[in-house]
Amino acid sequence: MLLTQNTFKHGIHPPENKDETKGLPIRQFSFAPLLILPLSQHIGKAGKIVVREGQEVVRGQLLAESDGFLSVPLHSPVSGTVKKIANVPTLSGKMTPGIYLESFPSSTQEIIEGEAVDLESASVDEIINGIQQAGIVGLGGAAFPTHAKIKIPEGKHCDTLIINGIECEPYLTTDHRVMLEQDQDIFMGIRYLMKATQAKECIIGIEANKQDAADYLSAKLPKDIPVSVKVVPVKYPQGAEKMLITALLGKEVPSGGLPIEVNAVVVNVATTAEIGRLLPHGRGIQERVITVTGPGVINKGNYLVPIGTPLRFLLDRVGVDENMSEVYMGGPMMGMAVANLDISIVKGTSAVVVFTSKEINSNHKVYPCIKCGACVDACPLSLNPSKLGLLAKFESYDKMAAEYHLMDCFECGSCSYVCPSHIPLVQYFRLSKSIIRKQNVKS
Amino acid sequence: MKKQSLHISTSPHLSQGTSVEVIMRNVVYALLPLSFYSVYAFGWNAALVILTAVFSAVLTEHVLSKLSNKESTISDWSAVITGLLLGLTLPPIFPLWMTFLGGVIAIAMGKFLFGGLGYNVFNPALVGRAVLQAAFPVAITTWQDAFSIDRFTSVNSSIWAMPFMMPVVDGTSGATPLSAFKFDGVVTDTSDLAMGLVSGSAGETSTILILLGGLYLVIRNFMNWKIPVSILLTVFIFSGILYSINPELYPSPGFMIFSGGLMLGAVFMASDMVASPITTLGVIVYGVIIGSMIVIIRIWGGLPEGVMYAILFGNALSPHIDRLIQNRVYGTSSAKS
Ligand code: SF4
Ligand code: SF4
Repeated sequence: MLLTQNTFKHGIHPPENKDETKGLPIRQFSFAPLLILPLSQHIGKAGKIVVREGQEVVRGQLLAESDGFLSVPLHSPVSGTVKKIANVPTLSGKMTPGIYLESFPSSTQEIIEGEAVDLESASVDEIINGIQQAGIVGLGGAAFPTHAKIKIPEGKHCDTLIINGIECEPYLTTDHRVMLEQDQDIFMGIRYLMKATQAKECIIGIEANKQDAADYLSAKLPKDIPVSVKVVPVKYPQGAEKMLITALLGKEVPSGGLPIEVNAVVVNVATTAEIGRLLPHGRGIQERVITVTGPGVINKGNYLVPIGTPLRFLLDRVGVDENMSEVYMGGPMMGMAVANLDISIVKGTSAVVVFTSKEINSNHKVYPCIKCGACVDACPLSLNPSKLGLLAKFESYDKMAAEYHLMDCFECGSCSYVCPSHIPLVQYFRLSKSIIRKQNVKS
Repeated sequence: MKKQSLHISTSPHLSQGTSVEVIMRNVVYALLPLSFYSVYAFGWNAALVILTAVFSAVLTEHVLSKLSNKESTISDWSAVITGLLLGLTLPPIFPLWMTFLGGVIAIAMGKFLFGGLGYNVFNPALVGRAVLQAAFPVAITTWQDAFSIDRFTSVNSSIWAMPFMMPVVDGTSGATPLSAFKFDGVVTDTSDLAMGLVSGSAGETSTILILLGGLYLVIRNFMNWKIPVSILLTVFIFSGILYSINPELYPSPGFMIFSGGLMLGAVFMASDMVASPITTLGVIVYGVIIGSMIVIIRIWGGLPEGVMYAILFGNALSPHIDRLIQNRVYGTSSAKS
């Protein structure tokens, strides 16, 4: 195993807060009596429902099939009855088409098997199709359909498959536990992914605060594939694809481009484990590992939670502090605050973090930019958030995009985190980006 | 679970925890040892000048924010810094009415005219001082010797000059090391300069305390050390080259570094975040420009001191430096694409 001193430029060091859950093994979470399943749990088109109200389904059965290339199917997380096909609440606040599923209380909850994808005999396309049919999306949070990501475009080739075990968000220990407990699934997933991408080598990137996971995986490295583990210094947002590529390969992904431009493909480690677990059985994804933590949670832990579990049920089971004040889906740097506890855990949910009123300090006074430069020194893309913030105030959106590379910003929030004037920089940028996108659609 | 009302905010949900007040308050802390030393060296005179400058700056800040129908901005501590810096750059026996006027000008012209904190192009204290220098060239070059025996028993009469009256210069005016060098060719001992055993502005004399204050801010990450370092290095190297060419004609780099307002200016005024560039390379260019200007003014200009003008010149260039020198954005081949 190699410890590289390489990392990307800039970045920040928020408190890690991982100690309370990183030593807790993954535990199965109980099945909620009613599951809420939005059809669209991924970027891209929602699937098409193939069941009807009142129908009984078995765990693992197809509920919705993919609708086009950028779409994945949805499988039943439990054995039960389709209660209702109707709009369901989601994290964004919008109601979207979905399924309410009642679970059988006394079912053994065994998973049905589908058509296995045989590693030896499957072609590139068959593996890619198998990953799509398993309903797999990036479990790191972005929920981009994995099959679409690993399909190498015409004229390009992949040299390096990077497995992302960075997990740089504070509080999150999901990937950490997966690496410590699911090594065989991870290596199996890597075999599928290497075959699908035709990569020459595979690097598992891990941050130095998970040295135990790096040691463990290094000790278990299989001989049949060229895979290695690299440890990189701890820094946020190293889990971002571009930053990880720079840290591991010393290359920069061109502005506006994808990792394949530097002949790399990056897949999250939990996603990789899921591929290795599901494809040999032809199964679909029905559950995922989630860190439930934060000062407001009583029984913190890493749980294997059925997709569709209502947040209210989850929090009830783990117990929350009565001063619960904010709940985030995802980590506190990039996750979203929840407005409504009736939403559910979806494929892209990596964590549920609960803060109490003690941690929330919302009456920060906002000052004008004092040009301290902290944001400039924090931005991993070397953008100038100070200038961008000023331009956003004057609504000079075109200038932000054309001269100051606004569209490259991937909203990591490092700039807002460091700003002593408490200017909501990344919030401005999200808004500006959406305004620009709308303008572009119109014109 | 009981019914909860959830608080909603957008990510990031964590913040580093520093704030403008914390930064500014720490700059004030960093200036305090120096201020006390100048009172120790110059007695009540210095105390009165410094307090008047702070009082007038804070009062002006308060009144102007009220007049513009805004919440008073004195709680951000930036006006205190302006007042302190102004007081520290004035002669210890500077008439109080002039000092008061300087504080008003610093805040009104140097800051509010540009739109307040964050929008000022120049360091406000230096704007105040520059106006005072133009208006009262004699008073601002009338010095008091350090450690006079009566410094804690009597107050110099020129301090009490009536408003709009020039003070009667009452015999304590001594040459500063820089003017002694410039006009009489006398070189003061570098160690005397470092310890502050010379006459000069209230706060510019003790180089060591200035450096300690700066070091404190750098350690707490409240100051960009590259600014003072690039200024001081530029002055050192530039004057070192001249000195090695002709040590008879040019002062030693040690003398240049430790004399006059260089240390105070480099550490506490040029480093003013608002009026300095934002990128690392920009900051270094800014420091080199200021450092070179200081040497040029001191050696070839008509004034003994050049720090104030050099920094104001740097401030004026700073927005242009920011426009011309930008970080290379990740994934692009040059800063401008
Ligand atoms: S949110 Fe955007 S601008 Fe801010 S630090 Fe991250 S990438 Fe840079
Ligand atoms: S961190 Fe905030 S105050 Fe500092 S330069 Fe950036 S926007 Fe301005």
